[in-house]
Amino acid sequence: MPDDAESLIQLNGINRTFTLGDSQVHALRNINLNIARGEYIAVMGPSGSGKSTLLNLIGLLDRADTGTYILEGRDVTTLSQDELAKVRSERVGFIFQSFHLVPRLTAAANIELPLTLSGIPASERTKRVTQALKEYGLTDRAHHRPNELSGGQRQRVAIARATILRPAVLLADEPTGNLDRTTGEEVVRLLEALNAQGMTLIVVTHDQTLGARARRQIKMEDGSIASDITNGAVTSTPNVLT
Amino acid sequence: MKISDTFRYASDAATGTPLRTGLLMLAMSIGVAAVVVLTALGDGARRYVVGQFSAIGSNLVIVLPGRSETRGFNPANLVTSTPRDLTVNDASTLLRVPGVLRISPVVIGTTEINAAGKLREAMMVGTNDDFIRVRQLKLGLGRFLSKDEVGHGSAEVVLGALIRQEIFGSENPLGKTVRVGDRRLRVVGVLSEGGQGLGMTTDELLIVPVATAQAMLNTNTLFRILVEARSREQIGEVKASVLKTIIQRHEGEEDVTVITQDAVLQTFDKILNVLTLGVSGIAAISLAVAGILVMNVMLVSVTQRTAEIGLLKALGATSAAVRQLFMVEAVLLSLTGGVLGTGLGYLGAALLRHLYPTFPAYPPLWAVLAGLGTALSSGLIFGVMPARRAAQLDPIQALSKR
Repeated sequence: MPDDAESLIQLNGINRTFTLGDSQVHALRNINLNIARGEYIAVMGPSGSGKSTLLNLIGLLDRADTGTYILEGRDVTTLSQDELAKVRSERVGFIFQSFHLVPRLTAAANIELPLTLSGIPASERTKRVTQALKEYGLTDRAHHRPNELSGGQRQRVAIARATILRPAVLLADEPTGNLDRTTGEEVVRLLEALNAQGMTLIVVTHDQTLGARARRQIKMEDGSIASDITNGAVTSTPNVLT
Repeated sequence: MKISDTFRYASDAATGTPLRTGLLMLAMSIGVAAVVVLTALGDGARRYVVGQFSAIGSNLVIVLPGRSETRGFNPANLVTSTPRDLTVNDASTLLRVPGVLRISPVVIGTTEINAAGKLREAMMVGTNDDFIRVRQLKLGLGRFLSKDEVGHGSAEVVLGALIRQEIFGSENPLGKTVRVGDRRLRVVGVLSEGGQGLGMTTDELLIVPVATAQAMLNTNTLFRILVEARSREQIGEVKASVLKTIIQRHEGEEDVTVITQDAVLQTFDKILNVLTLGVSGIAAISLAVAGILVMNVMLVSVTQRTAEIGLLKALGATSAAVRQLFMVEAVLLSLTGGVLGTGLGYLGAALLRHLYPTFPAYPPLWAVLAGLGTALSSGLIFGVMPARRAAQLDPIQALSKR
């Protein structure tokens, strides 16, 4: 196990059950997971294996039924909704398959959104947005609305928006799912560059080649971690044995 | 999230769907405009009537011959059915009643005026020199009737503005002699234009001394006696003593009716206020309908923007912030509609005044404030449910919808 000081995310005995009609769906079963700062993780597995639920849980959009979740040394299982929103805004960045840009807002305004929501003054916001637009090569697209942008540009806007508040962890759910191969490649390189700068990156994907690029690969099956491999070596004991 | 940012985000969201927003604001503004215009109409009617009554003069007590109320059977009624006439002497006696400032006897008849080769029918009023102050009329030229101490009537006439213009044109009529009925009278003055009173314009009147008029009409009765009390407070007291004095003079028979302008005025005021409230109530229904429309539009908006709400939550917006965004949007929509409607209403009232210049169709302030207040509160009340629905959305489900 990695040292606690190094540890960003600690999940202990997490269970999550959904009720669908009469039947109970066990989305996550007794998940134990330790993620250090700066890791690059791919979560893979078939549909319904619980990988998206795991991502939502790490992103604090969902709560576990049992178990504890410690984010940066703080137990976040017991926080109120408003406290969770604050942690989400400051420490977590989301990237979605369908980008989720607000259609009536320009690229710049979409990137500005997290800053606006957390109440940062306008002058500071403009400065940071201009900087982000430059970093992501979007300066000349700043005043275009999402429907005037290409898929790759849209995802870059989404990544700029997710990282503008310098979160500790970046969660990407099928970030290349709606993109063609070359654009997808571009986006992945961008994410990897962010990871190289020290940002923890967790990618959920179906794509084997994309998954293979991550240093650590977690395979999920039926709500459990089936295997957890770092650069070819098993890092932690899978659930089956605990 | 800062308040200013909340407002900007909400107004961006509203202008993002221009057609829907426009229609909603149209509905709201029609509601408010209806309140403003209808109350302007109602209140205008009240002002018009009150103005007409006030134009007769202030603090007035009016004595009419004849009794207007029914009493029990009296054998005397079988013998004498005609009431005693009101006379000039009755009128001058009233001057001695405490609290009375001025009196004006009034005789009315139609006659002909003939001068400069032109002939015209006109209403003639026979009265005294105080009439101009009791009725609060204004002179355009010359002077009013002189004081008739002896009661024989002098050969003077004061012309209404229209009669003067039709007979003399731009010529100066003062000192000219005109033939009125069978008399030759000297023009001593002209009333100024636009005098009003009980739907009768003074522009077409001839005013002559009461004795002259009575002689011409071959009568010694009066049409009315106008009594002006010293103050508003004394009106009731004056009314009672005027009645008592006349009864005494008429051998104990109550054969006159005494009315006060105030009583008539108050009744009309009450009736027309109720009318105004009634029509504004009807208009308020359209405001309520507009409020429900706000709710409907906001609910549709929440449904359409489910993914956006999920995103806002993923980006760290609290439920309170989301609720606030939608509340502010609802309030902005209805308030803008309300302000537009107020402008529209004022425009409508101005158009009414333009079309009917004598009709004072000014919307009362309370109605404008009530209209705006209703618009604002309907935005608040009908915005609550959609905003709560938005705030309670589960971010995961909201995000998966697209």
